[in-house]
Amino acid sequence: MDIINQVKHSILSPYGMEEKDIDKIMDSMLSATVDDADIYFQASHFESWVLEGGIVKEGSHSIEQGAGVRVVSGEKTGFAYSDRIELSVLLEAAKNVKAIARQGQIAQKKIDKVAGYPSYYDAVNPLKSLADQEKIALLRRVDIETRKLDSRIEEVIVSLVGVHEKVMVANCDGSLVADIRPLTRMNVTVILEENGQREQGSMGGGARSDYGYFLDQDKALQYGVEAVRQAVVNLQAIDAPAGNMTVVLGPGWPGILLHEAIGHGLEGDFNRKGTSAFSGKVGEKVASELCTVVDDGTLPGRRGSLTIDDEGVPTENTVLIEKGILKGYMQDRLNGRLMGVKSTGNGRRESYAHLPMPRMTNTYMLAGKHDPEEIIKSVKKGLYAKNFGGGQVDITSGKFVFSASEAYLIEDGKITRAVKGATLIGNGPEVLTKVSMVGTDLALDSGVGTCGKEGQSVPVGVGQPTLRIDGITVGGTSV
Amino acid sequence: MQNNEEINRLKNLVQDLLDESRKQGATSAEAGLSLDKGLAVTARLGEVETIEYHCDQALGVTVYRGKRKGSSSTNDFSPDSIRETVKAACSIAGFSSEDDYAGLPEQHMLATQFPDLDNNHAWDIEASSAIDIALECEEAARSLHVEISNSEGATVNSHQGISVLGNSLGFLQGGQSTRHSISCSVIGERDGNMQRDYWYSVSRNAQALESASDIGIKAAQRTLQRLGAQSLSTRQCPVLYSAEVAAGLIGSLVGAISGSSLYRKSSFLLDALDTQILPEFMRIHEQPHLQMALGSASYDGEGVATQARDIVTAGVLQGYVLSSYSARKLGMKTTGNAGGVHNLTVDSGENDFNAMLKQLNTGLLVTELMGQGVNRVTGDYSRGASGFWVENGEIQYPVEEITVAGNLKDMYKNIVSVGNDVDYRSNIRTGSILIEQMSIAGE
Repeated sequence: MDIINQVKHSILSPYGMEEKDIDKIMDSMLSATVDDADIYFQASHFESWVLEGGIVKEGSHSIEQGAGVRVVSGEKTGFAYSDRIELSVLLEAAKNVKAIARQGQIAQKKIDKVAGYPSYYDAVNPLKSLADQEKIALLRRVDIETRKLDSRIEEVIVSLVGVHEKVMVANCDGSLVADIRPLTRMNVTVILEENGQREQGSMGGGARSDYGYFLDQDKALQYGVEAVRQAVVNLQAIDAPAGNMTVVLGPGWPGILLHEAIGHGLEGDFNRKGTSAFSGKVGEKVASELCTVVDDGTLPGRRGSLTIDDEGVPTENTVLIEKGILKGYMQDRLNGRLMGVKSTGNGRRESYAHLPMPRMTNTYMLAGKHDPEEIIKSVKKGLYAKNFGGGQVDITSGKFVFSASEAYLIEDGKITRAVKGATLIGNGPEVLTKVSMVGTDLALDSGVGTCGKEGQSVPVGVGQPTLRIDGITVGGTSV
Repeated sequence: MQNNEEINRLKNLVQDLLDESRKQGATSAEAGLSLDKGLAVTARLGEVETIEYHCDQALGVTVYRGKRKGSSSTNDFSPDSIRETVKAACSIAGFSSEDDYAGLPEQHMLATQFPDLDNNHAWDIEASSAIDIALECEEAARSLHVEISNSEGATVNSHQGISVLGNSLGFLQGGQSTRHSISCSVIGERDGNMQRDYWYSVSRNAQALESASDIGIKAAQRTLQRLGAQSLSTRQCPVLYSAEVAAGLIGSLVGAISGSSLYRKSSFLLDALDTQILPEFMRIHEQPHLQMALGSASYDGEGVATQARDIVTAGVLQGYVLSSYSARKLGMKTTGNAGGVHNLTVDSGENDFNAMLKQLNTGLLVTELMGQGVNRVTGDYSRGASGFWVENGEIQYPVEEITVAGNLKDMYKNIVSVGNDVDYRSNIRTGSILIEQMSIAGE
């Protein structure tokens, strides 16, 4: 059975709804001044298992479904949703949201385009990919093997999360598309103690795949190894430096720099409204010519990837910055239409109960020409930041932060002492102009990113090669 | 006015979940349910931008088979769904490990008194009236000054919810509550540089909200004050946390004395009970039964009675923040904090905000923090900040693109005073907090 029929079967059929009912709801929403309208159906299964103190002490399971109806007229949006997928309930919701547009009925277009797109992940159900006993055995094995790594380990916490989500989007242009989205995530946190001093280390990964992903090449055990390594490094760490200095960022997850410094600022809604520090800067130089940055929702199996976005638009590999020049923004349908461009497939929403808006998928910088070791050697005095926690940005002033969780001093071209975690702060439109070297070692993160915007969380990916930035503020305590 | 008929209908559903759990082999169970309806409208640049009708429902059950635990939830309230949800929870409980500390709270800890906390004030407002309020709020902000150049809009939110909690010890309670807010965020521009700031008011009762125009004017004033911000050179100096960011400082303390951080040994305040963690003049206490307050509750997330109590007296830590599970792990008794603290209050000194500035004398006033940057195991603290440079008790100019750093253990001990400019919008109620010295990194 193809994806659209599978999704119709599991979302509409249990509630006695058919495709022609979607036409009825759409019909009741449309009027002369409507620019866009859609109905978003979603059903998701979620599970999580947590091991702590050597035992699998809890598991939880959740089933949710619902539908959201939206009418857009000019810059105005009316929105309602229901967790009951029933014709009468959705007709009532449609009637409410229609009030946003002025009255006057137009001829309505029946669903005539049932589209399918090549998928960037398999339509698998992670929850059923392992028996419950096998999930527990996996968590136990990670716990046992991780505890063997270091006698200073006080606690190991292992979590496993799986989501199986089905979505279907009907648009007033007559299109109906569906997607089946698996998502998995695993995480290992360890706490070490030495002479009364404690530190933690944490590592995880995930993908749009089933749990087999963690068994492949013993990835799950590698998370434990990496978590212990980080905790050991941090046990030795001295106070971080404070002030403006040259910083070398490692490959992979430090790409959170791009997500915060430029990614959010290049989302279409902020630029359409003129509230971003990047507003009106397309065609201008916003980075050194070594920098080419893309947002790519088409990478197979990646956490941030989507076959179609939540408005039914296929995702793309969108060039944001090419050789330092700002090329364009990430768009959803509403903001693209108002700015006179097409959606780039970045219209995303947390669930049927939230409105879509432009969001990132996988945001990364392409590889450059410098040997990563040469980049370190080029720095007389500075900081090498290898791992990060979260970040945040004020898109209007352009100021952004991201917090290093593993960092070292660079002295005379050599990585020397580990320093404590510190927050780095910079100015989005400026920071990439200070990139003076870009490594050959492009890497994407391990699949752990979650991005929050206006209270909505969505899974995302980031990546970059090793980068040298000639000056960013490091928020240590060692003045 | 509580809608008793609806509450009783939902109580019956929760009882069904508990009965079904027993039928399916659970030795004990806890079940909860919530229903929330609301309206959110936003106006931007003098026009309505969005109208959202919210309607959410969820039910969840936690079952125990002996000392094994399993949980499951859904948003489908049909009888079939209830059976399936219980089945999923029981299945998980069949696979999870025996945990000696797992289980319901002890019967005698459960709440038996349910005073009216005056937290339910329905706001009978149509979308069109809500739009008018949002328009008035945004207009007040935009018309304040020519440098207010753009807007993220003004939003009016009104929500009413019902929640019901029950367990197999016979606890079954429910109640209705409301939450309304008005917020506004505008952008200012000077010399090609933009700044944005916001203000909001939130209350159980719409009548108690600040007026729409006052909220708009405050949002605009805050934005204007930030125009022309500059960085600081790297230095050490005293730091004054304004009331709205001071709540976060105390939030980190709550995290560090929470049961789950303690039994995992992932807290920088391990074994700190009965020791001096704050200066002698400081008291922090919980007030769960305040009328109309946002954090009020007569029972916690497990049905355990909440109680007014001191957490810190004269700077000495008196008690932890525990659920029945974390309490058992630590060999203690639950403090009625499953789900968090209730109106945690930091007692104020004599100083109003201006007196706090005078006491700061020369140093940094922080009004916004960015990023996480708190290591809960070691207490190491480093966050992005913006605010104002202050000299001789007078604000000199706005600052941005700086970090403030230290270690929370030292920062708490070096608190110099707490202002009486309390921010009541948070579940943590504190005035501004002055810290003797921190590291500032800048240009």
